[in-house]
Amino acid sequence: MHPAVSVIFFTVTSGAGFGLIALIGLGWPMHDGPLSAFLACALAGGLAVAGLLASTFHLGHPERAWRAFSQWRSSWLSREGVLAVATLALFAAYALYWMLTGQRAMPLGVAVAVLALLTVISTGMIYASLKTVRQWHSVLTPLSYLGFALASAMPLAAAIGTDRSVRTIVLAAGVLAVAWLIKLAWWRRARASEFMPGSDTGTATGLGGIGKARLLERPHTGENYLTKEMVHRIGRKHARVLRLIAGGAGFVAASAFLALALVALPGIFLSLAFASLIAGLLAERWLFFAEARHSVSLYY
Amino acid sequence: MPANAGTAKRRVDLSPHVSDEVRQTTCYMCACRCGINVHLRDGKLRYIEGNRDHPINRGVLCAKGSAGIMQQESPAKLRKPLLRTGERGEGKFREIEWEEALALATQWLSDVRKSDPKKLAFFTGRDQSQSLTGWWAQQFGTPNFAAHGGFCSVNMAAAGIYTYGGAFWEFGAPDWEKTELFLLFGVAEDHDSNPIKIGLSRLKARGVKTIAINPVRTGYNAVADEWVGITPGTDGLFLLSIIHELLKAGHVDLDYLIRYTNAAWLVIDDLTSADHGLFACDKDGNELVADRRNGAVSSRRDRGAKPALKGRFRLADGREAVPVFELIARKYLDARHAPEATAMTTGVPAEQTRSIAAQIAHAAFEKTVTVEQPWTDMNGEHHERMVGRPVSFHAMRGISAHSNGFQSARALHLLQILIGSIDTPGGHRFKPPYPRPVAAQPKPHGRNPQCGEPLPGPHLGFPEGPEHLLLESDGVTPIRLDKAFSWDAPMSSHGLMHMVIANAHARDPYGIDVLFLYMANMAWNSSMNTSAVMKMLADKDADGNHVIPKIIYSDAYASEMVAFADLVLPDTTYLERHDAMSLLDRPISEPDAMCDAIRWPVLEPDRDVRGFQSVLLDLGARLGLPAMVKEDGSAKYRDYADYLVNHERRPGVGPLVGWRGVDGSKTGRGAPNPDQLQRYIDNGGFFREHVPAKAAYFKHANAHWQEWAIARGLQDKPFENVFQLYLEPMRKFQLAAEGRLEPQPPESHRERIRRCFDPLPHWYPPFEGEAVSTADFPLHAITQRPAAMYHSWGSQNAWLRQIHGENALFVPGSVCDAAGLADGDFADVISPHGRIRVPVKRMEAVNGKTLWTWNAIGKRSGAWTLSPDAPEARKGFLLNHLISELLPPKGDGLRWANSDPVTGQAAWFDLKVRIEKAPEQPAVSTPQFPAQQNPVRHKDGAVTWGAEWQP
Amino acid sequence: MTSLPRHTEKKLGLVIDLDTCVGCHACVVACKEWNTGGYGAPLADADAYGSHPMGAWLNRVHTFEVTPPDAPAQIVHFPKSCLHCDNAPCVTVCPTGASYKRSEDGIVLVDESMCIGCGLCAWACPYGAREMDPVANVMKKCTLCVDRIYNENIPEVDRVPSCVRTCPANARHYGDLADPQSAVSMLVAERGGMDLMPEMGTRPVNKYLPPRPKMKAASEALPEAVPGFLGWLDRALERLG
Ligand SMILES: Nc1nc2c(c(=O)[nH]1)N[C@H]1C(S)=C(S)[C@@H](COP(=O)(O)OP(=O)(O)OC[C@H]3O[C@@H](n4cnc5c(=O)[nH]c(N)nc54)[C@H](O)[C@@H]3O)O[C@H]1N2
Ligand SMILES: Nc1nc2c(c(=O)[nH]1)N[C@H]1C(S)=C(S)[C@@H](COP(=O)(O)OP(=O)(O)OC[C@H]3O[C@@H](n4cnc5c(=O)[nH]c(N)nc54)[C@H](O)[C@@H]3O)O[C@H]1N2
Ligand code: SF4
Ligand code: SF4
Ligand code: SF4
Ligand code: SF4
Ligand code: SF4
Ligand SMILES: [Mo]
Repeated sequence: MHPAVSVIFFTVTSGAGFGLIALIGLGWPMHDGPLSAFLACALAGGLAVAGLLASTFHLGHPERAWRAFSQWRSSWLSREGVLAVATLALFAAYALYWMLTGQRAMPLGVAVAVLALLTVISTGMIYASLKTVRQWHSVLTPLSYLGFALASAMPLAAAIGTDRSVRTIVLAAGVLAVAWLIKLAWWRRARASEFMPGSDTGTATGLGGIGKARLLERPHTGENYLTKEMVHRIGRKHARVLRLIAGGAGFVAASAFLALALVALPGIFLSLAFASLIAGLLAERWLFFAEARHSVSLYY
Repeated sequence: MPANAGTAKRRVDLSPHVSDEVRQTTCYMCACRCGINVHLRDGKLRYIEGNRDHPINRGVLCAKGSAGIMQQESPAKLRKPLLRTGERGEGKFREIEWEEALALATQWLSDVRKSDPKKLAFFTGRDQSQSLTGWWAQQFGTPNFAAHGGFCSVNMAAAGIYTYGGAFWEFGAPDWEKTELFLLFGVAEDHDSNPIKIGLSRLKARGVKTIAINPVRTGYNAVADEWVGITPGTDGLFLLSIIHELLKAGHVDLDYLIRYTNAAWLVIDDLTSADHGLFACDKDGNELVADRRNGAVSSRRDRGAKPALKGRFRLADGREAVPVFELIARKYLDARHAPEATAMTTGVPAEQTRSIAAQIAHAAFEKTVTVEQPWTDMNGEHHERMVGRPVSFHAMRGISAHSNGFQSARALHLLQILIGSIDTPGGHRFKPPYPRPVAAQPKPHGRNPQCGEPLPGPHLGFPEGPEHLLLESDGVTPIRLDKAFSWDAPMSSHGLMHMVIANAHARDPYGIDVLFLYMANMAWNSSMNTSAVMKMLADKDADGNHVIPKIIYSDAYASEMVAFADLVLPDTTYLERHDAMSLLDRPISEPDAMCDAIRWPVLEPDRDVRGFQSVLLDLGARLGLPAMVKEDGSAKYRDYADYLVNHERRPGVGPLVGWRGVDGSKTGRGAPNPDQLQRYIDNGGFFREHVPAKAAYFKHANAHWQEWAIARGLQDKPFENVFQLYLEPMRKFQLAAEGRLEPQPPESHRERIRRCFDPLPHWYPPFEGEAVSTADFPLHAITQRPAAMYHSWGSQNAWLRQIHGENALFVPGSVCDAAGLADGDFADVISPHGRIRVPVKRMEAVNGKTLWTWNAIGKRSGAWTLSPDAPEARKGFLLNHLISELLPPKGDGLRWANSDPVTGQAAWFDLKVRIEKAPEQPAVSTPQFPAQQNPVRHKDGAVTWGAEWQP
Repeated sequence: MTSLPRHTEKKLGLVIDLDTCVGCHACVVACKEWNTGGYGAPLADADAYGSHPMGAWLNRVHTFEVTPPDAPAQIVHFPKSCLHCDNAPCVTVCPTGASYKRSEDGIVLVDESMCIGCGLCAWACPYGAREMDPVANVMKKCTLCVDRIYNENIPEVDRVPSCVRTCPANARHYGDLADPQSAVSMLVAERGGMDLMPEMGTRPVNKYLPPRPKMKAASEALPEAVPGFLGWLDRALERLG
């Protein structure tokens, strides 16, 4: 699949944003005072909104984006939109209440957190629900989105919050490790099966019964929407480099910064952990798209 | 309920307004000439669909036909007459008024006509008005006229006419509804594109088998039930092997042979005489046959005789003679024609050849088709029914575009005739006005052109011996610039357009003054050796004058050729002008009906352009050509439309057969009808009259047919049409080469004529393959027509160019493996004449020694107003750079034309090459040429056709 | 899934005969010319005369090479447009409801005025049957010529899809696949019409008729004439009288 920058940016940042919203909703200890409350909530909401805004760049008709809320009964994209808006709305209420009263409304916060995590899951489900991309079509996809949303939110929460205890940082490191374990499982599975079980050029054309089928000529000599959007192919070397960046920045460096945060300058190192994790996730997400093989490539 | 649950609540306009008006005319996105319904909305093209009533396409349309909208919208359409301002080939022009253009052309042409008319060479491409252009050239008085047939498929046309008075494509078609076996030789698209596709689907529906003989298994060949992946250039041999099998098994139709062919005619066997190998004749010139009961020799017209097919008979003068059939049996029963003996060369396993022979025999003799229709033959004999041998064939350039193509096509016709299938039910059927045997065809004209005098007859024709050649009095020097009807190509019935530029440049046999071309992209895909031809066109002599002094060209679009012209006469598009698909020329008949058709301006040009035929008539009048001016010297025809209605070639016979006579009640013969074109328009653009059932088959010998054809002016008298299995004119050329007949060919040509002009179908290896070593050039390289592109002119079409915007060379898997080639790699392809560097693609469904690519996709940078970095120019390529118009030099330094020695047909598919992975992998194919400029502007951005009709 | 009709009265669709298709692209261009001036926005062609022309098309013809284990490789031309799936994933993923399947005839359409151009439906379609228009930025797909097949402004014989009407090889058939007695259903039954990628569970309405088995070179040969060719000739001529 074509790795569109807007979508990569959207999934990574909105993941972190909704993760942070969830953590705040669950009562992550933050500095007192309306200003701090505002800053924390603005950061969380801002990340989520920035991601959502970025995703509209991907649309042919952003001015009609509101229509996307209508099909929540069947469409994960619609659900994601609805959930995101609901989350942000409730979160706004939560934030307002917090700023005004200095109190964190626990039941509301839990609801916000649940919605935020559901939003992240539904982002993952947009991809996981597509049978056409076998690598995505797995429960591991929303799990990994969830994992990375929390994993990226935790160092950020710790960096801006008041709890920088060993326990918390170790927990963040633990979540990061779990998220990467999910991703490793995802990668393993992805490598094992390019297309739906049984799908190949033979089933795509129905000609498999006669013999080995292969494409001789594309229908048109130039590119088309499908080849640009879905028949993207990346070089193996390229992929290996990106995987090293993803793992290096997103796990090795991020864990190292978390470890350093235990020793000194926790604010700075937690922030660095967050930044390197985001950098790693951008690479991870790039691969998520670029390496995915859509069944339409069986025709091209 | 969510909105996307499908319901009728949605607003979809199920009955939107479609078009304001439908105008019916004839497509010209290729030469198939289908009927089209042009839907207009707000005066613009809404869409084009097939005319369901039309005899050719019966409602269907091909990809090109449907893309007519984008042809009309092409930014490459020329807008105004042009005078060259830059160097030839640069593409710099100044727009001029028509008056200036016509005055200049008239000046150039009249100078030539007054001094030496042969210094005008007028050659035309795939236009549909050769009966006009040829007639014009005849009136002008130059011997140098021809259309493009010489590089297209003259082998097929000539072999057919000489053998049985017909041919494939416009001359005849398979009896799709009755045939029981169909064999397709060397066809990718054909001129008859839609009829063949319709026909193939009919065969599928009836469960009739198709066998495709083609090195490449795409298109029609892909859907065929059996594939023969033959090695290029060897079809003749394969066919003779089939004939070997049929003869051996006694599966030939003797009754048919005796009745309709020269199988029984006696051939003089007198090794030393000047008529050895000619037909024995009585004093009235009637060929003789021997009676098989008693050996008595008598005229073939003697109805009482029972002609012998074998044996040796004594003639009245004491010499001996043998029937043609005996020669046939002897020749083809020989072991060298056995399937085992030919398998190595043809690449066709002996079992497959045998099996195909058996299938042919089975269909022909076990599945006989009978039409219960009494008829009378030309001898007055009555037949109760029409009995047919339902095996049909179709063949095109895969056979003809080789230097042995004439003989290979003859071999195919021999096979058709031996099984008795020509114009019998289920076989191959003539399309009116055919059959037209050599006796009904003209001889070539062009001797002694006189200033200001028309030629006494048409340029092109069918020589029957050396006496009909167009040679100077020395008996050697060609009269024509293209050397047609000379010893180089004695039976070149369509001329040799591919030699015109090279010969004019070499001033061999002489230099010319004006080269006048129409609708032929000779600076690109139509020429062999394109790079060299571009240089020749631009070349200057020591004094700085162009070697080809003046070039006038008519094109409708900014093609590669336009850039080389001095004066450009911009034509209209096919939707903007009158045209005729005339029975005098290339009609649209089907076997069951005599048909012709017109085009008419369904759109008004929005530019200062004129239909070329009208311009030609205008020039003719300005030059004062006799048939084009009235007594008072004024123009006889207002324009082409006027000519179509009022011109009479013979009294009562004109370009169009329909609705003649003042009231439109006559067909074929009749006075001009001022309302004729309107009648065509009202009838959908065409005229059709069905052939009566009793004249439907056996037309070559059918008295009803003759009568019917004469009544309609297709011919003026009956023509006897005896199928010429043994082709005596060929023997005459051999006799000349043997030094027994005058005039005689020069020494250099004798061996070749002796060898290649066998009066019986004969196979010899294609010349280029013979001239080069197999070790150096082990592979064949050929092109195929893509269904969705028409030569060069489709690339300006915004839709078609997306389908074929670049081409790759398809390479057999084994060759890829040997050369280390993978898809997308660039390879060097090297022929004895040049090299190209091109992208390759692996393919298995192809003859293992054959490389191929789609024809004419590669474009010169900048041409057709495409952006200079268009894929057509950067990746696309022509094979033509590898093909030379001359064969590699022989020991004696003499270079032969890369053509069939009989007809001069360009041997495009004789090409031999080798392939190597390119040492470095570029992003563009080579050769590349400097971008040409255009007299019209490139169009940037998107096309959004139909935006204004959005609901 | 609430958003697909549980049942459609008809299942209008195409049956494509891979045995007969010669790969001529006639259907491709006829589709383009009908639809560019018809349903919805024009089917635009970006950079039409430039170095990267790229247009929206609703029907495209691919070329495959199939190599049987024991016979020479063969070529199959393969036209592909929307299959109007019964269980159309492109409809259910659509967030706006622009994509829908008509309950009366099963045609899958895009209401272009509602489409946000998110592309998700194209991702969900296994077959590559949807293309974003490069200028209008809305999703394009085969409409089954919904503005022809019911159109009272054109003659009744012409109320068939444009691609079907034009196909010179008669390789495209149109009809109601819900009706077992329809010509198309009978063709499917007789010729073993197949689904593309049945494993995707999309239940396509359009069917493909597989290529008929190619004939291998049989080893039959003609028996030699007895007694030899010349003997046969004598006898045969005698029979002619
Ligand atoms: N390698 C290779 N080369 C080949 C062949 C091959 O098989 N292989 N085939 C050969 C054969 S058979 C042929 S016929 C030739 C084809 O060669 P051409 O006939 O030269 O090919 P076209 O590209 O059709 O070019 C004809 C010219 O006519 C112009 N034209 C189109 N419509 C009109 C019109 O309405 N009026 C006027 N005045 N001009 C118009 C076009 O713009 C173009 O410049 O190519 C030959 N070249
Ligand atoms: N769409 C489309 N239609 C066209 C044209 C076009 O440009 N586009 N051009 C028109 C013109 S001008 C012409 S002349 C006709 C030509 O019509 P075709 O003769 O059908 O055209 P080619 O593509 O030259 O086809 C030659 C075929 O012969 C095969 N072949 C090559 N060598 C051999 C051989 O030695 N033996 C056998 N058995 N096969 C061989 C090739 O693989 C190819 O399939 O098409 C006309 N129709
Ligand atoms: S075959 Fe195609 S391009 Fe040629 S005349 Fe017919 S519709 Fe037009
Ligand atoms: S028009 Fe018919 S034969 Fe041609 S590609 Fe389309 S389906 Fe195949
Ligand atoms: S073919 Fe694709 S676009 Fe058409 S209905 Fe099926 S899934 Fe949807
Ligand atoms: S592109 Fe349009 S039709 Fe497709 S899913 Fe998005 S909104 Fe629906
Ligand atoms: S049915 Fe209509 S829209 Fe669909 S492919 Fe055919 S022509 Fe195109
Ligand atoms: Mo041609």
